[in-house]
Amino acid sequence: MIGLIGRKANLLGGSGRRWLNLAAAKAAATTTSNGGAMEELLAQLQSNVQKALAGGGPEAVKRNRSRNKFLPRERIDCLLDPGSSFLELSQLAGHELYEEPLPSGGVVTGIGPVHGRLCMFVANDPTVKGGTYYPITVKKHLRAQEIAAQCKLPCVYLVDSGGAFLPKQAEVFPDRENFGRIFYNQAVMSAEGIPQIALVLGSCTAGGAYIPAMADESVMVKGNGTIFLAGPPLVKAATGEEVSAEDLGGATVHCKTSGVSDYFAQDELHALALGRNIIKNLHMAGKDVLANGMQSINYEYKEPLYDVNELRSIAPTDLKKQFDIRSVIDRIVDGSEFDEFKKLYGTTLVTGFARIFGQPVGIIGNNGILFNESALKGAHFIELCTQRNIPLVFLQNITGFMVGSRSEANGIAKSGAKMVMAVSCAKVPKVTIMVGGSFGAGNYAMCGRAYSPNFLFLWPNARISVMGGAQAAGVLAQIEKGNKKKQGIQWNKEEEEKFKTKVVEAYEREASPYYSTARLWDDGIIDPADTRKVIGLCISASLNRAIEKTKYGVFRM
Amino acid sequence: RPFSNADSNNNRIEKILVANRGEIACRIMRSARRLGIQTVAVYSDADRDSLHVASADEAIRIGPPPARLSYLNGATIVDAALRSGAQAIHPGYGFLSESAVFAKLCEDSDLTFIGPPASAIRDMGDKSASKRIMGAAGVPLVPGYHGDDQDIERMKLEADKIGYPVLIKPTHGGGGKGMRIVHTPEEFVESFLAAQREAAASFGVNTILLEKYITRPRHIEVQIFGDKHGNVLHLNERDCSVQRRHQKIIEEAPAPNISADFRAHLGQAAVSAAKAVNYYSAGTVEFIVDTVSDEFFFMEMNTRLQVEHPVTEMIVGQDLVEWQILVANGEALPLSQSQVPISGHAFEARIYAENVQKGFLPATGVLHHYHVPVSSEVRVETGVKQGDTVSMHYDPMIAKLVVWGENRASALVKLKDSLSKFQVAGLPTNVNFILKLANHGAFANGNVETHFIDNYKEDLFGDANNSVSIKETYEAARHKASLVAACLIEKEHFILARNPPGSSSLLPIWYSSPPFRVHHQAKRKMELEWDNEYDSGSSKIMKLTITCQPAGRYLIESEENGSPVLDVKASYVKDHYFRVEAGGVINDVNVAVYTKDQIRHIHIWQGSHHHYFREKLGLDLSEDGESLDKPKVETSANPRGTVVAPMAGLIVKVLVENKTRVEEGQPVLVLEAMKMEHVVKAPSSGYVHGLQVTVGEQVSDGSVLFSVKDQ
Repeated sequence: MIGLIGRKANLLGGSGRRWLNLAAAKAAATTTSNGGAMEELLAQLQSNVQKALAGGGPEAVKRNRSRNKFLPRERIDCLLDPGSSFLELSQLAGHELYEEPLPSGGVVTGIGPVHGRLCMFVANDPTVKGGTYYPITVKKHLRAQEIAAQCKLPCVYLVDSGGAFLPKQAEVFPDRENFGRIFYNQAVMSAEGIPQIALVLGSCTAGGAYIPAMADESVMVKGNGTIFLAGPPLVKAATGEEVSAEDLGGATVHCKTSGVSDYFAQDELHALALGRNIIKNLHMAGKDVLANGMQSINYEYKEPLYDVNELRSIAPTDLKKQFDIRSVIDRIVDGSEFDEFKKLYGTTLVTGFARIFGQPVGIIGNNGILFNESALKGAHFIELCTQRNIPLVFLQNITGFMVGSRSEANGIAKSGAKMVMAVSCAKVPKVTIMVGGSFGAGNYAMCGRAYSPNFLFLWPNARISVMGGAQAAGVLAQIEKGNKKKQGIQWNKEEEEKFKTKVVEAYEREASPYYSTARLWDDGIIDPADTRKVIGLCISASLNRAIEKTKYGVFRM
Repeated sequence: RPFSNADSNNNRIEKILVANRGEIACRIMRSARRLGIQTVAVYSDADRDSLHVASADEAIRIGPPPARLSYLNGATIVDAALRSGAQAIHPGYGFLSESAVFAKLCEDSDLTFIGPPASAIRDMGDKSASKRIMGAAGVPLVPGYHGDDQDIERMKLEADKIGYPVLIKPTHGGGGKGMRIVHTPEEFVESFLAAQREAAASFGVNTILLEKYITRPRHIEVQIFGDKHGNVLHLNERDCSVQRRHQKIIEEAPAPNISADFRAHLGQAAVSAAKAVNYYSAGTVEFIVDTVSDEFFFMEMNTRLQVEHPVTEMIVGQDLVEWQILVANGEALPLSQSQVPISGHAFEARIYAENVQKGFLPATGVLHHYHVPVSSEVRVETGVKQGDTVSMHYDPMIAKLVVWGENRASALVKLKDSLSKFQVAGLPTNVNFILKLANHGAFANGNVETHFIDNYKEDLFGDANNSVSIKETYEAARHKASLVAACLIEKEHFILARNPPGSSSLLPIWYSSPPFRVHHQAKRKMELEWDNEYDSGSSKIMKLTITCQPAGRYLIESEENGSPVLDVKASYVKDHYFRVEAGGVINDVNVAVYTKDQIRHIHIWQGSHHHYFREKLGLDLSEDGESLDKPKVETSANPRGTVVAPMAGLIVKVLVENKTRVEEGQPVLVLEAMKMEHVVKAPSSGYVHGLQVTVGEQVSDGSVLFSVKDQ
């Protein structure tokens, strides 16, 4: 690895453009020790992913196959253009979240092209708890719809679900962001001209019945596909009527008599083929002016001069160690060409222009704590990009804003607010990658989850929390000590250490990327080596809509 | 000998109408063009867009597809020649080339017939007359007795005179009925009486003829050439022994394993034969050679340019079509007998569209892919191009592959190499079969004889019971299937990356190779169906899972247990060319693909191997599949007892009626296609049902003709 870095250092030197910051390369070289730690993190990630990809396990998979049904990812593969990429989201949703495993949260979501048109896929996994909706399943489904609405992506629902998971109905059914929101979103997106297509490949019971019913167009598979508000057992209990599932809500009933479904499929492959056909005929072209049509995209682009795989050794696994974010930028932008903006000012924030797969981007990366100047520089750069319709990429590695009397006196809160204002209001596509720490208000200013970036991904070494575990332990211990003192209790050193350790451990656990991704605080954990590709795909998907004008609120001056 | 000037220089040929089609028409036009002679093609409606029409300076329509209404219609052709202003007609081979009537019609219309005199055609066209003339000219004939005196004593005397073994043959009939081979005088009487009885029973006439039985015959023919000044010479011989269905498939010149002395004798006999009928132009005298006694006997004379003339051209370095035109112009032959060279060795392989496994039945179809090797020493005489249809109307020959080498062994190496590079996709051909034949040890040794294919059929058609070879064949096919999968996916990526689907300007990264997946690798499934030609009728579906990896690498697993994962790196070069690396071996391969009836047909050529696979395309619907009661595609074969047409053709005879009882093997229909009659027989005993075809009706390959049921 060491030998590779800096290999191309002088390749294009002398043309006046900065292809490589030698210091960055050196920093990278010294951080190669991270390689080993990252390999471990990746191995752990791979083992978790393999469990998720296995779905409900061999028995359930076998049962599924015996019904002539494919697995959700196979179904999506059949719908996608052959040989095309698929940007899967939140693969590890539900990871160690409930008593029982819920691989991928019981639903596979992601983006890929069908007949050259990007679509959002939401595919229930019938091998995982019969495809029922746990709270996290609902959240993942809603997140997919949110992205689809934001990027104007046609939605394809591959329905094979028993509906809400009844034991957890209280967390699934009643609230605003619960089950009902799925149909609300369908209605609203349909109204906006974002096509909603349902392929009923399995059961579609109770509330689930509304997914095809609310769809613009729906397909049903003979035999496997059923739609009913109440299944045969409930019907018998309610009315005494005895009826088979197929006669109650099979494809024949719904395509021929009820009109709940539009296309009759002989088998699953046929249904998927019909699904492709429906998308072929969408003809959305005339509806929207696509943003990517307005952007100057270079279809010919150069690969970075440095091997993207080196990102694995660059990623800091010890977040206390500083590293130059430019060594990341050099490995994700076209030709490693990065034109830095305000290079000499507010140096703890790196801002500049580059292209990723030919798409222009504005990059904002952390190179240390945010100071007044860095925050102002950030706000300025965001304004530039929104003015020019340039998508923003945030590379987060931030411990927070500078604290202390000097900072406060300089109005760090005011400067930080400017950046947060800019980030919040920017209507250009935003993609956030957490490449290291994400702590405190730094998370906000650098477009954390609350700031609705179009996509947010983590590296396996990332850490998210309101502050570091040690700092939190310190703060909490002081408060606790105060409390105890009021009660006249003396806290001995040992007890205090025990208390602190407990806090640090809790923070450590909750700051883990797995804790985040299981709860859908992000859209997934990625291999650092995939960063360039993932950002490229995300921006491309985000540009699938008309340009929106940015309007800012009141900047506190 | 210097060229002698023609008598009438002002009558030289400046424009030739070629009364033929296919490769020979193209061949004639090529020579004519070189000589500065304009060419006129004639075409039937089926040939409007064919190569011979495109190769000519002008082309004239002569009628509908059936040959008797077009290429055999002499009057129309002569009329076309007159309209076009041609001075001469070249008939090629087949069609009207051996019609004395047509030759006469040309002469009467003041058109030069590029061929022999009408009288010679007439004389040699009549089998018994030709034998009489040849006998008188001292050309050896197969000893025999054709007399009316059928007295058994007389017959035995004649048999003794001929010498054993003797063939006893009924004068009427055919198909081997009543034929007896008698090896010793002791067996004669019994066999003779049996033959008489059988002949009487089968044909109603019991007259018998006797002929010398040639145990190991070879078919050797001599190319002769004559001019209008009485000069006749021979251009050495060709061996055409290797035949199937009495049609030649591999010819070579000179004949292997014959002495110079024998060659000279043959040549002299052939020249005598030609002189006996005042022959001029190109002709061929065919002999049957007894390899046991080294005797040769006259069989017949073909009064035209033969299909296999190129092998002679290759060893004598002359253009026989040019000679024909010279002779037609009245010039003398450009060489004397002693000047005729014999240099090296040449082979010709006839590439046919045919079903080797179905008894070499002619096949029809579209040449979806057609790529042939050519070099200075490898000639491909072809009348078709990629995209053309080999129709049921004419001969199913696709091309002639002609190779030349310094000697027989080196020519054979070239033949094998060229055959392995002869790529045809879209219809079945005999290429693999000829390749196997050329690879056979007996063929390499020149041990050719008329029964060659019969003698070695076990080697040539493979042995279905040999499990080792079946396994090896299967393994080889599976390996090729893996290469096919890698090549097709690689090509798909190559195209997708440059031309993403849909009209949108979607970024090419969505179609990157390998396709992006989060934390796993994209997999593809492919089901390739493969027919084991050694195990006729058995087809296997190879289920492959392909994992896409960076840099054009693919990991290919097949569903079979214990079969190793193959790591294939495929690079797409262009068109159908690929380079593959598998197990450390790098190869060039060719992969041709065409789609028909929702099935992707895939051919792969690698080295001397050719494999063919089919893939069902279920997914992208061309038609609406939403109707509720869409009938399932009938995947199983027709019900038992159903008889389908073995090839496309014309019904010429219907021998039974519906509901009549037939025995197993009893002829029911006679089908004609490509000049051949094919008898369709009852597959089992029972009653005929559903017979609806009538005489004169055209049926297509695989259409249901009738069925035989128990009731």
